[in-house]
Amino acid sequence: MKRDLTVSILIGALIVLLLAGPLLPRWAMFLINVSLCYGLVVLGMMLLMRTGLVSFGHGLYYCLGAYAAGTLDVLFGISDIAVMLLAAIAATGAVSTLLALLLRKYRDIFFAMLSLAFSMILYGLLVKTSALGSSDGFNVAAKTLFGVRIAGTEFERYLIFAITVVTAFVAAICIHWYRGSHRGRLAEAIRDNELRVEYMGASVANTVHINYVMSAVLAGLGGALAAISVGHIDPEMAYWTTSGEFVFVAILAGTGNVLAPFLGAFIFETIRSFAYEYSPNTWQMALGISMLIVIMFLPGGLWSLFTRMRKTA
Amino acid sequence: MSQLLAVLIDGLIYSSWLFIIAVGLTLIYGVMKILNIAHGSLYALGAYSAASLAGYWINQGHAPMGSYAVMLVAAILVGLIAGPVIERGLLRFMYGKDEIVLVLVTYAVFLILEDFVKLVWGVDPYFLYQPYSLLGSFDIADLTYPNYNLVLFAAAVLIGVVVAWVLTRTRQGKMLLAVIHDREMSAAMGINVGRVYFITFTVGAILGALGGALTAPMISVQPGIGAETIVLAFAVVVIGGLGSLPGAALAAILVGLVRSAAVHYRPELDLFSIYFVMAIVLIVRPKGLFSIPEARKI
Repeated sequence: MKRDLTVSILIGALIVLLLAGPLLPRWAMFLINVSLCYGLVVLGMMLLMRTGLVSFGHGLYYCLGAYAAGTLDVLFGISDIAVMLLAAIAATGAVSTLLALLLRKYRDIFFAMLSLAFSMILYGLLVKTSALGSSDGFNVAAKTLFGVRIAGTEFERYLIFAITVVTAFVAAICIHWYRGSHRGRLAEAIRDNELRVEYMGASVANTVHINYVMSAVLAGLGGALAAISVGHIDPEMAYWTTSGEFVFVAILAGTGNVLAPFLGAFIFETIRSFAYEYSPNTWQMALGISMLIVIMFLPGGLWSLFTRMRKTA
Repeated sequence: MSQLLAVLIDGLIYSSWLFIIAVGLTLIYGVMKILNIAHGSLYALGAYSAASLAGYWINQGHAPMGSYAVMLVAAILVGLIAGPVIERGLLRFMYGKDEIVLVLVTYAVFLILEDFVKLVWGVDPYFLYQPYSLLGSFDIADLTYPNYNLVLFAAAVLIGVVVAWVLTRTRQGKMLLAVIHDREMSAAMGINVGRVYFITFTVGAILGALGGALTAPMISVQPGIGAETIVLAFAVVVIGGLGSLPGAALAAILVGLVRSAAVHYRPELDLFSIYFVMAIVLIVRPKGLFSIPEARKI
């Protein structure tokens, strides 16, 4: 058995990103920032997929997290990053805890469809809510961090970047630990055979519930951080195509390791920003084709390339 | 009173439309157990080809009445080309995989076709308004409706009746029902399951394209219509019970009436109402209204 390098790589990445951040050109910093937000959501998708569940409605929590963070300013005039993130966690945690009571009984296509319905409900409501900008959404501006004013200072961009990096790091470490824990390992057993898991005395419903809430909170955090970094949110975040993109990146990356979602999200965002520049009308086609290739030849996702290399080495 | 009537009529028109876009989807799921996201692209392809071909027909100065035939031909052509290409070229290598993997495969096809549409037709909207106004209009109470809505309603009824008749009254249809019931056993009895899949998918594709072609005169045909429509079709098919034809009809009526009531009384709940109904039905009956109880195979 080879040593698990994940934690060392994560710590290394944290240090490198925090140190290199100020030296990076703005576009590169922004690209990494956005990929990390996206990666957080896909990390949540990975948790669900390990349990054998594919959600076509995770945009619900991505959007909910973003709107929870954004509406604080609109309703109460609060724009502290820490409070915004807490609000996103609270909102997504509460909603997902309730919805999981229903969703944990569903599997396969019915799970995908019921979560799709929930996310489209949020979309339908937001599109018609003129107080929140209807389909145009509104701008989000984070002004302070723990009460210290950051808006307008020269560190503003870097601070937001650093917060995203640290959040992603903490989330990745926690999920990495969770994957190895007793309950974390149950996920794959549930995917393989639920009945046996029940016979062994473990609760399938509870495990699905916990994994669902965790993945929802991760998506909410990703959404809130994306709102703060990009500075704009709109209902499109809850539309089913957004959820489809999350599924896509999760399939592309594979569920083998907590690093995979972030790597997948980074590749995805990089290709997207270049494709928007050079060939906006063939970009989805490229996505579709690569998705087919991954499904046919790399069922474990891109990450399985690494594990294969390590095995042969 | 007249508002209630308007709710009913609008609801029925919308239900007809919903049924037309959902029927191919539920047929394909029933036979092949594939929830075909690419159905949305077939809808878009049908709408685009109908808009451009019928538009060309009218601009050439041919009899405008002929544009209906052109729309129909456009839809059938799209289905006859795209259906076999997708089924033979891709899906047949995927049979036997998990249902959810098949959803992802058709999602990939959907993404590819979305851009295919943009490459062929560009990103500017197409308008085909002539067939919509050509037939004149009728009045009920003090409300005026274009007669084209009657075409839509008649098309929905006709499609429903024909599909039901083929399924229950013809040899081919009965073989199809046998495949739905037990794929392996029908194969053992000598039914060519591959051929049944091929024909079903092609017919489903034609129905999807036909939905698009019939809708083209009522909307501006532009990128994104496929994505918009496929979620609605999902809602209808899932509410009715995946693979059930009467289920799809009932669900279309239910969703059509609820949405029309929402539009008339609480316009801000327009989209919300549809997915709210979907969530409620799934919560009460997890597999939809007309789901068939399944014996568990061990």
